[in-house]
Amino acid sequence: MFNITFMKHLNPLVVLMEIEAPFIAKKTKPGQFVILRIDEKGERVPFTVSSTDAIKGRVTIIFQMVGKTTRMLGALKVGDQICDFVGPLGMPTELSGIKKVAVVGGGLGCAIAYPQARYLYEHGAEVDIIAGFRTKDIIILEDELKACSNKLLICTDDGSYGEKGFVTNVLERRINEGAGYDCVIAIGPLPMMKFVSILTKKHNIKTIVSMNPIMIDGTGMCGGCRVTVGGKIRFACVEGPDFDGHQVDFDEAIKRLSTYKTEETQMLDHYCRLNGAV
Amino acid sequence: MPNMSLKKVPAPEQKPEVRNKNFEEVTLCYTYEMAVTEAARCLNCKHRPCVGGCPVSVQIPDFISLISKGDLNGAFEAITATNSLPAVCGRVCPQENQCEEKCVRGIKGEPVAIGRLERFVADTHRALGAQRPNKIATNGHKVAVIGSGPAGLSCAGELAHAGYEVVIYEAFHRPGGVLMYGIPEFRLPKAVVLDEIENLKALGVKVETNIVIGKLFTVNELFDEMGFEAVFIGSGAGLPNFMNIPGEALVGVSSSNEFLTRINLMKAYDENYDTPIRHSKNVAVVGGGNVAMDAARSAKRLGAENVFIVYRRSESEMPARTEEVHHAKEEGIDFRLLTAPVEIIGNENSTVKSMKCIKMELGEPDSSGRRRPIPIEGSEFELEVDSVIIAIGTNPNPLIAGTTPGLKTNSRGCIATDDNMKTTREGVYAGGDAVTGAATVILAMGAGKQAAKAIDEYIKSL
Repeated sequence: MFNITFMKHLNPLVVLMEIEAPFIAKKTKPGQFVILRIDEKGERVPFTVSSTDAIKGRVTIIFQMVGKTTRMLGALKVGDQICDFVGPLGMPTELSGIKKVAVVGGGLGCAIAYPQARYLYEHGAEVDIIAGFRTKDIIILEDELKACSNKLLICTDDGSYGEKGFVTNVLERRINEGAGYDCVIAIGPLPMMKFVSILTKKHNIKTIVSMNPIMIDGTGMCGGCRVTVGGKIRFACVEGPDFDGHQVDFDEAIKRLSTYKTEETQMLDHYCRLNGAV
Repeated sequence: MPNMSLKKVPAPEQKPEVRNKNFEEVTLCYTYEMAVTEAARCLNCKHRPCVGGCPVSVQIPDFISLISKGDLNGAFEAITATNSLPAVCGRVCPQENQCEEKCVRGIKGEPVAIGRLERFVADTHRALGAQRPNKIATNGHKVAVIGSGPAGLSCAGELAHAGYEVVIYEAFHRPGGVLMYGIPEFRLPKAVVLDEIENLKALGVKVETNIVIGKLFTVNELFDEMGFEAVFIGSGAGLPNFMNIPGEALVGVSSSNEFLTRINLMKAYDENYDTPIRHSKNVAVVGGGNVAMDAARSAKRLGAENVFIVYRRSESEMPARTEEVHHAKEEGIDFRLLTAPVEIIGNENSTVKSMKCIKMELGEPDSSGRRRPIPIEGSEFELEVDSVIIAIGTNPNPLIAGTTPGLKTNSRGCIATDDNMKTTREGVYAGGDAVTGAATVILAMGAGKQAAKAIDEYIKSL
C-alpha cells in the first residue's frame, strides 16, 4: 500500500499527486514511468514521473482526468492509499551531449517533458521551452517551466495568452530565426508529436518523442504497447517510451490508442452516473 | 485385488456446452471411491518405469499404494518429498509424455491416471484443512529469488527448508508467474496457487511484489547493497513472439500473453473489474501449444461465436496437452490445421476484419525434429475474424541479462547454465523458462530444486 502525501489540482482536469515510494524515488530518471493500480479491482495504468524527492522518498505524477481510473485517482485525498505502485519502468531519456534543445510540450505533455527540461537546464544546456495549450484557463506549470528554461514561449490555440497558434508555428519560427537546436524533445498528443516530427525532419533536427500506448504489464511481457519504429515492432515499455520521432508510425499509434474506446466510454459513463458527476 | 479395467476411471467434468460459458474448473476432483478404484489399477510393478518418466522422480507407486491403504496423509508426504506443488502439477503436467507414457498398463489399455490421483491427494489434503507448515529457524544466510513462478517458488521452498532466509522478488502485483497470469482459472484455480504461496510464507519466505529486478534493483545491488549471498533467476520466458506479417499492429490483434493476462491476472471477464477486454464474435488463435488452447477456450468463454485454432502443422505435431486439445474440441473450437497466416487485413478503422491464410503440407523434418510445413501454392483463403490472438511462443525477457554484467545468454536470450544451474556469474543460478525457453511447470520446478541444492553447496563453500 502506498500513501498519497500531497495533491493539487493544476486546472479543472489536471491533477498533481505525490506518492510515498522511497525506492522508486531514488531510482527514477527523467523519461521513466510508473504503473499503478488504485485497488484490487482496478486496472494497471502507466504515468510518467514528473519529479522525485529522493530524500523524502516521494514520487510526483501529473495526470489528466480522462477516464474512470484517472477520475477515481483525482478524487482521492492526502492520506489515502493506492494498492500497487511499480517502477521505474521504461528507459530514461537519452540526454547526454545535448547542448541546445527545444522542449516542445503540448498540454499535459508539458508536465511530462518537465523532468527532461529541468535536467538539461541544470546540466548547462541552453533550453527553449515551447508550451502549447488550447486556452489560458488550462495552462499548467508556468512558473516551473520558466525556472528551467532560457526562453519560455507559451502559445494558445485561441490566443487568450501568449502567442496565438500551435507549437509547430512557434517552433518553425524559432528554427527560421536561426535558433540552431541540436535536438527537439516533443511530448504531447500523438497528432502534435507527429506534426512536430514532420517539421523537424525537413530541417534535419534530431527529435525525441515520448509514446503513450495502452499498457498492461509495463515490463515487456504482453506486447500491448507495441509501436512500429522504422518499420520494426518495438515495445514502448522496454525500449521506449522515447523513440526517434522521424521513425515512428504515428497514424498506427493513433489508431491503436482507440482500441478500447467503447469500453472506456461505457465505464466512465457508469462511474459518473454512480457518483452523481453527470 | 488389482483392478484390471483397461480404462481409467473417468474424472467428473462440467459438460462442454455449460463450461464453455463459465470460467470455473472444467475437470473436477475424483471422489474417494473413484480414487481408490483407480489406484487399484496400479500393479506396483518392480521396475517402476513411471518414476523415470517424471522430471522430479515422484515415487509414484508409493503414493498410489498409500491411497489404496486409505493413508492420504502418507500419500501427500510421498509426493511432496520431491514435488512441492502437487495440486498444480496434477492439473497441468503433460502426463501423457511423462509418467503415464511409461506406465505398463498403457501397453494394453489406458495407463493409470497418475495425474488425476496426484491431484486427488493434493486437493483432499487441502480440503481437510491441512495445517500450514511451521516457520523454519534461519541460518543467517540470505538468498534472493527473482520471479515467483514455478521455478522460483520451488527454489525458495527448498532453500527455506534448508534454513536460508529467502526473499522472492516478483514484478507483478500478484505472485505465481504463469500459474497466475498464463493458465486460466478453468484449468488451474488461482485459489490453489495462492494457497501454495501461503505455505511458502508460513515457512518464512518473504514475497515482495511490484519489484522489477533489472529496473528498481539490479542483481549487482542485490549482492553489493542488500546482503544477499546468492541469487536464483526464475524470471521465465515472458517476451511474446510476433509473426512479422502485415497487419499485426491492427486494432484487435494481441499476443496471447496480453489476452491471457487481461483475463487471468486482471479478471477482465468479470465486469466488476476495470480492465477491459475485447469481446469478439469471430476469433483466430494462431498456434498449437497449451497457450493457444487456453486463449481459444477463453475467447469462447467471453462469448465468441466462432473460435479458430490456426496451426501450420497437423494435430499429431501439436505441442499442446492431449486433454486440452480434447476439451477444446468438445467446447466447439474449430481446428484449422495445416494452415498458416499470411496477412491480417483491416477495415477503414484499422480494425481486424479478416486474416488471409494459406494451406500447408508436411515435408521433411526441420531442426526441431518435426516435419517442416510447406505452403501449398494458390491455396490462399480468407478467414473472417474480428480478433487475432498470436500464441506462437515466447522467449526470455532480456531485462535481467541486460543489466547483469557477466551473465551470458544464447541468441534467443536464454540464460546459459551448467548442469548445476550455475550461470556465468559467481553466485548467480538460474532455471525454468529463463534458461530453457518456454517449457513446462514441472521442468521449472525441477530446475528450481536443483538450483537450491547447488546454492546451498555454494554458500557452504564460501
